[in-house]
Amino acid sequence: MSGTTHDDYTDRYARRVRGMTASEIRALFAVASRPEVVSLAGGAPYVSALPLDAVGEMLAGLAAQHGATTLQYGIGQGAPALREGICEVMAESGIDVGVGASPDDVVVTVGGQQALDLIGRLFLDPGDIVLAEGPTYVGALGVFQAAQAQVRHVPMDADGVVPAALAQALADAGRRGERVKFFYTIPTYQNPAGVTLTNARRDEVLEICARAGVLVVEDDPYGQLGFDGPAPLPLRARRRDGIVYLSTFSKTFAPGLRVGWILAPHAVREKLVIASEAQILCPSAFAQAAVTGYLATMPWREQLKTYREIYRERRDALVTALADLMPAGLTWTTPAGGLFVWAALPAGLDSKAMMPRAIAARVAYVPGTGFYADGGGSGHLRLNFSFPPPERIREGVRRLAGVVEQELATRSVFGGPPPEGAHRRVRPGSDSPGPDLA
Amino acid sequence: MTEARALRVLVLAGGLSYEREVSLRSGRRAVDALRGAGVDATLRDADAALLPALDADPPDAVLVALHGASGEDGSLRAVLDLVGLPYLGADARAARLAWDKPSAKSVLRTAGVPTPDWVTLPQERFTELGGEAVLQRVTAGLGLPLIVKPAQGGSGLGVSRVSSAVDLPAAMVTACGYYPTALVERYAVGADVAVSVIDDGGGPRALTPVEIAPHAGVYDYAARYTAGLTTWHAPARLADEVLDSVRALAVRAHTTLGLRDLSRVDLIVSPDGAAQVLDVNVAPGLTETSLLPMAAHAEGLDLGKLLAALLRHRIAA
Repeated sequence: MSGTTHDDYTDRYARRVRGMTASEIRALFAVASRPEVVSLAGGAPYVSALPLDAVGEMLAGLAAQHGATTLQYGIGQGAPALREGICEVMAESGIDVGVGASPDDVVVTVGGQQALDLIGRLFLDPGDIVLAEGPTYVGALGVFQAAQAQVRHVPMDADGVVPAALAQALADAGRRGERVKFFYTIPTYQNPAGVTLTNARRDEVLEICARAGVLVVEDDPYGQLGFDGPAPLPLRARRRDGIVYLSTFSKTFAPGLRVGWILAPHAVREKLVIASEAQILCPSAFAQAAVTGYLATMPWREQLKTYREIYRERRDALVTALADLMPAGLTWTTPAGGLFVWAALPAGLDSKAMMPRAIAARVAYVPGTGFYADGGGSGHLRLNFSFPPPERIREGVRRLAGVVEQELATRSVFGGPPPEGAHRRVRPGSDSPGPDLA
Repeated sequence: MTEARALRVLVLAGGLSYEREVSLRSGRRAVDALRGAGVDATLRDADAALLPALDADPPDAVLVALHGASGEDGSLRAVLDLVGLPYLGADARAARLAWDKPSAKSVLRTAGVPTPDWVTLPQERFTELGGEAVLQRVTAGLGLPLIVKPAQGGSGLGVSRVSSAVDLPAAMVTACGYYPTALVERYAVGADVAVSVIDDGGGPRALTPVEIAPHAGVYDYAARYTAGLTTWHAPARLADEVLDSVRALAVRAHTTLGLRDLSRVDLIVSPDGAAQVLDVNVAPGLTETSLLPMAAHAEGLDLGKLLAALLRHRIAA
């Protein structure tokens, strides 16, 4: 044998596996899990705010009293009782029977991520175009890449995605003879940008997509976590057709249960169930029973208020600390809900190149490059405020401010980084932490 | 008759360095290998609970699988000396010397061990003298291409190959992100070869030289730790006499730096067979794609038995 690659299967992998490599940035996140590091890099809800004793009792009962069903297989579409409960939850956001939301058109998934994966399986052929906000959720980028689709980013401003830019992107694709399969959007408290699509723009966006015959995939994990008043009505509450709506209990209850859902037009729903059965047979019956029990027996609306209050305090701590401590030139969004602030570095700084310095200073964030499919985002970073308590958030910002100052000094000596977008395209996920990082 | 008590070894892995992830992989592999050789091995992180744990239940010896600072810069080894526990590998002073690449290169060159020309540049020097002016002198003096790396660190983190002067500032920024002093080295053309050196009491000897052929041409972090992106040849595809001289040079580097037990010497071997030392590591990686385990395998040595023998020698020494 002339040599070894330590992987005897290299020739056998599917083409889509090619980008799955070890990543320097991922390696740095390994350090961020240590308690010495203030992690503003995660996306974890503050589940310690749940009434854990009561949840524990409820879970024990599910095994002891209902084990014969909760520990058994379930149906592919998801438990009927849970689908009823999900409709109750959606009604809180304005997606109710009046707009055709029925338990029959809900498919329960293993978190929002399986929901996304099913959408990819159902709609994407290799080479298809997906439009998505820029930046967008890294987990969605991973799904679209696995489906071998191409993502085109549509820019946002403080009011969410720019309708004219969306129309332009659709027109450009049309001119090139490309097939745009859908527009993927997180209109409310967007991850990572922290911005919300305004009421006026929501109708405009729906109109543009309807005119172009393009499906809208509305991802709404954070819509009920608004702390500066209620969120605008979801897109799905405004229109029945041409929209597939996704959400999850990961941010409003507990991500450890991995329960999400899709509300889809009837024909789509049937295919989703078949695809989901092929993929996972059925979602966890136990996890579904846990969520059903939570919705039926515990004050979940009160819990949402608790989460909102905690997150408002932490959002305030983050933006106040940024204002107090950061050097001039750094700007950020002030989200009215959700879990994330999106910050723009002073001109010339590169959030990816700055990561090792941040880790050395014992603070972690996610470089903006993780949220673009095209190598963009190097001038930005995402900061999470849902998990660390306010005093840790301030300490993290204090450390990060020092890092930015050092980086400014370095840049003043060596000049600016390569232009935005010059970074090598990397696999979605290789510039962002694993789901376990709080 | 009672059976001899199994050797109790604490494998330290993780830590706060940039190489935490690699270290955890090395540590897990070392524990598995040692257990396979009948050693009572446990894995733990280097954290605030470590010293009380060592006092409460001291092992027979410590295997430092911490890569990067603390594990390799000698500081943790100095603390273990204070605790009075034997540990595998270089002592604190020698580790400190090997860890700082410019210092190690100076010592090697003084001793006549070939190493590529270099210049050591702290970031403050650029602030003082002006970035552009200094970089112009660097390219004029050393020529192109150049290798720019942090003066301290491993796993290829922060390392760039610079073929054009316009790329030098970005490479400096990358390196200085990891450590505030950069080592700028003349790029040497040739085969990348790693030679592991071990000493279990019979004096230092080199294991089979391993040649590294990254498919994308650069042995960066992804190429090191993603199986399938690099082809490793053991032995390196070199003439027998070149293999012999490379082994001898690795042992010389190990000895010159005052190392003990085990080390890994990274070299570049030019097409005419001349070898130069690039770097010497006192805590060689022990992951699935690391070079010391490959060299041991090529010699027909079981990694666990090898590590156990080295540890027993260290305890007895």
